Amino acid sequence: MTEATAIKYVGQPLRRREDFKFVTGKGRYTDDIKVPGMLHMAVLRSPHAHAVIRQIDLSAAHAAPGVRLALSGADLAGKIGSIVPNWIIPGTKVPDRPVVAIDRVRFLGECVALVVAETQAMAHDAIGLVDVEYETLPAVIDAEAAIRDGAPQLHDNVPNNITTIYKIGGGDYGKAAREADQVIALRVANNRLIPTCMETRSILAEPNVDGSLTIYLQSQVPHMHRRWIADTVGIPEHQLRIVAPDIGGGFGAKMHLYPEELLCPYLARRLDVPIKWWESRSESHQSTNHGRAHTETIEIAFRNDGKILGLKVETLGNVGAYLSNMASGGPTVNTINFGTGAYKIEHYEARSRVIVTNTVPVDAYRGYGRPEGGYIAERAIDAVARHLNLDQVEVRQRNFIQRADFPYKPYNGPAVIYDSGDYEGCLAKAMEAFNYAARSRERDQLRAKGRYRGIGVAAYTHMCGMAPSRRLALLGFNRGGWESARVSVDSGGRVTIFSGSMSQGHGHLTSLAQVAADVLQVPIGDIDVVQGDTRQVQAGHGTFNSRSMAVGGSSVHVSSSRVIAKAKKIAASMLEVDEGDVSYRAGQFTVPGTDIAPLGFTTVARMAYVGHQLPDGLEPGLDETVFYDPKGMGAPSGIHMAYVDVDPETGIVDILDYVAVDDAGTIINPLLAAGQIHGGVVQGIAQALYEEVSYDPDTGQLMTGSLLDYAVPRAEHVPSIRSLFQQTPSPTNPIGVKGIGESGSIAAPPCMVHAVLDALSPFGIKHLDMPMTPPRIWSAIQNAHAGAGR
Amino acid sequence: MIDTDEKHHVVTINVNGVRHTASVEARKLLVHLLRDDFGLTGTHVGCDTSQCGACTVDIDGQAVKSCTVLAVMADGSSITTIEGLAPGGGALHPVQAAFHEHHALQCGFCTPGMIMAVRQLHAQNPDPTESEIRHGLAGNICRCTGYTNIIRAVQSLASEGHRHD
Repeated sequence: MTEATAIKYVGQPLRRREDFKFVTGKGRYTDDIKVPGMLHMAVLRSPHAHAVIRQIDLSAAHAAPGVRLALSGADLAGKIGSIVPNWIIPGTKVPDRPVVAIDRVRFLGECVALVVAETQAMAHDAIGLVDVEYETLPAVIDAEAAIRDGAPQLHDNVPNNITTIYKIGGGDYGKAAREADQVIALRVANNRLIPTCMETRSILAEPNVDGSLTIYLQSQVPHMHRRWIADTVGIPEHQLRIVAPDIGGGFGAKMHLYPEELLCPYLARRLDVPIKWWESRSESHQSTNHGRAHTETIEIAFRNDGKILGLKVETLGNVGAYLSNMASGGPTVNTINFGTGAYKIEHYEARSRVIVTNTVPVDAYRGYGRPEGGYIAERAIDAVARHLNLDQVEVRQRNFIQRADFPYKPYNGPAVIYDSGDYEGCLAKAMEAFNYAARSRERDQLRAKGRYRGIGVAAYTHMCGMAPSRRLALLGFNRGGWESARVSVDSGGRVTIFSGSMSQGHGHLTSLAQVAADVLQVPIGDIDVVQGDTRQVQAGHGTFNSRSMAVGGSSVHVSSSRVIAKAKKIAASMLEVDEGDVSYRAGQFTVPGTDIAPLGFTTVARMAYVGHQLPDGLEPGLDETVFYDPKGMGAPSGIHMAYVDVDPETGIVDILDYVAVDDAGTIINPLLAAGQIHGGVVQGIAQALYEEVSYDPDTGQLMTGSLLDYAVPRAEHVPSIRSLFQQTPSPTNPIGVKGIGESGSIAAPPCMVHAVLDALSPFGIKHLDMPMTPPRIWSAIQNAHAGAGR
Repeated sequence: MIDTDEKHHVVTINVNGVRHTASVEARKLLVHLLRDDFGLTGTHVGCDTSQCGACTVDIDGQAVKSCTVLAVMADGSSITTIEGLAPGGGALHPVQAAFHEHHALQCGFCTPGMIMAVRQLHAQNPDPTESEIRHGLAGNICRCTGYTNIIRAVQSLASEGHRHD
């Protein structure tokens, strides 16, 4: 242990401490783990979108080489509970979801049977021998089709395929519409996406001699997975140890409860051997939750000067065949609550319906609801600007929530509070970095020469780190909003943080240590971070909703502060002065104004454990645990700008520049924060230009069943992202941070759509749905030509 | 046993300077041989259609997706995997160091394959343009970084004038 200096770590672009294992191939992902005696599970999945299971013959699979067990859903009935959502909006009709389908399948990819065998290859060989007799039923893929009269019905207890109806609003939209100069309507779609973590899902459940199970699982939420597996398989929580090793990306897809996560623990107990399951990429496309899949119908009432008076929104959220973990909350609370975006729109009326269809379940994907909600506001304001032929920046400024308005309750509604922000500040930064005026001139000049350049602008705000716990109760969310952190100092002065947050590439080993190092004033090299093991980490909620720094980081801050508060008491006792006279700076406990020799952090830490000079009533040890439940939520915000060139002959979009100015409050590590923006923006560009899950509308066959068909962008498809920050500290937490991970995927889709629409404005094209693929753009141009020729 | 003896083949492969011999099923892919038989789990499987590049290794001086090669086809070859770039915990290979310095990785899953691909790209074109880098890495998917910092890392190799094998 070296004695500390007064280096400030927060705000430094520290290189990641976790990198070395990853760049040398020493990362340890779930599928890298092998244990003696391990058997392999493979799952047979429904090839039909909707069918009755007439009969399943497992005999050939049973007889195949290496097979230990083959089971159908009927074999498991009564042995494992149903999969129950964790977030259930009040009034929701929850369909029953067996872990393995029993008599009916409702989506292509649903588990129908399983095999356990000695090797993965043997398990897959045997799965091919399971004989299932299906009677196919009419399938419904599209949410609008699902609620029409006569549509196929998925669940007896979900009439018209609607599980949830949720409304929010404020003011009087009807009045706004009457007083408006104009009202226009817009229908926008948020294309269905596949999160595509580069590491597919896998799980290894290993029985221990004491009857407990160790479950290796790439979970964003290890402690919640422990609870859900316990509740569903019927094993007490204390007998389950969830170990989340290195995780190859999550993006929301690894925070739900999937059938395989229940089957492996169940089978490991039943056979008393370790059971592993690994998901192939093509399997993942039909077994891991999809994202987005919304349509929004929007009515905008506005004045001729561009001021929006009111907004009316009708959302249809397609959630697939069953309600996944949070599925009723995404298209409702997470979407339409945020439909007014960064703007003061006083009259708001929104309704969301959650619809089941014969498709893969849809749940959280990077931003979950906020990209869809932000898209409402942004597409609306852009439509107004284009309709009135006003500058897209000026119209936004005319409607912005202003600095003086914070904390701001949009539409004076009951649920949303934006804590802080400075949109004009972000805008000024973005316009300067983007060189908006010069770019606009260039675009206009080139347009005169037949080149189709476009500038896209998007503003956003939302809320991150869902809290406090009581608020979640009101929404039907069966979890808390807190995070826990234990900061433990050993008798040598070395620090270990046990955090309930869970990195999946975020760099918490570096960023959480930065937060602690500033409070503890010790070198960051003396701080370790432990996550992802429910036996080591006391409790937690994990990483989602851009909450790690706002809630998990704050928790580390508070427990570190308590460590120092206690250490001060010990130092005072050792120095024989009043606690109030002790000052802590640069790792030294001093008594200012005296010549008393200072005490180092290590010396005090040793005394905490030796215990000889502790003040009366103080327990030995230097080890503090905090369950930090925030009082409010931070609201990140920002302005993104894109410059594109569209080739009218091919419909190909070339992104010439992309500038992101994001206000995530205090930035702990600008290098890592920019990395989050880069990745989020590119996932947003992917939604805007490339990616879409495609189903055959009649048969429900998945047309994008592999990475050959689903267009995840490569390096050549995207530009370098320029990321800048504006720092308006959040007043809702002690370190002033807001979320950052979801901002890019919220801002980029509308920004890209606006850029392309701007480029195509000479053709009179006012709307394009995502993904704006070359054929879609080319067709729009052809249709515009045809229309002009009539 | 599902496999008869004739479906197995003995292969001898030099991996990271170590001679390995294994009896493999004819259908076994090289990536599975490396991971399951040789314990070199730094080479990852990210897809099943040879799209993602997470399994990229060096076979006889060529960066190759090891899911496109049957283990039996690699018999007699000399392979370098990510574990072979900085053996024995020694100094990082310049590409590895550049990825660390420029935050060119987040979850780390694509990273070994990406580094192996960059290693070849740089060997073939030590001073590539951004466009050449982007096209040169078309066989490798990264979902976390948006590629921005990967490009920076590759550019830094050129600007710092690193030479490496």
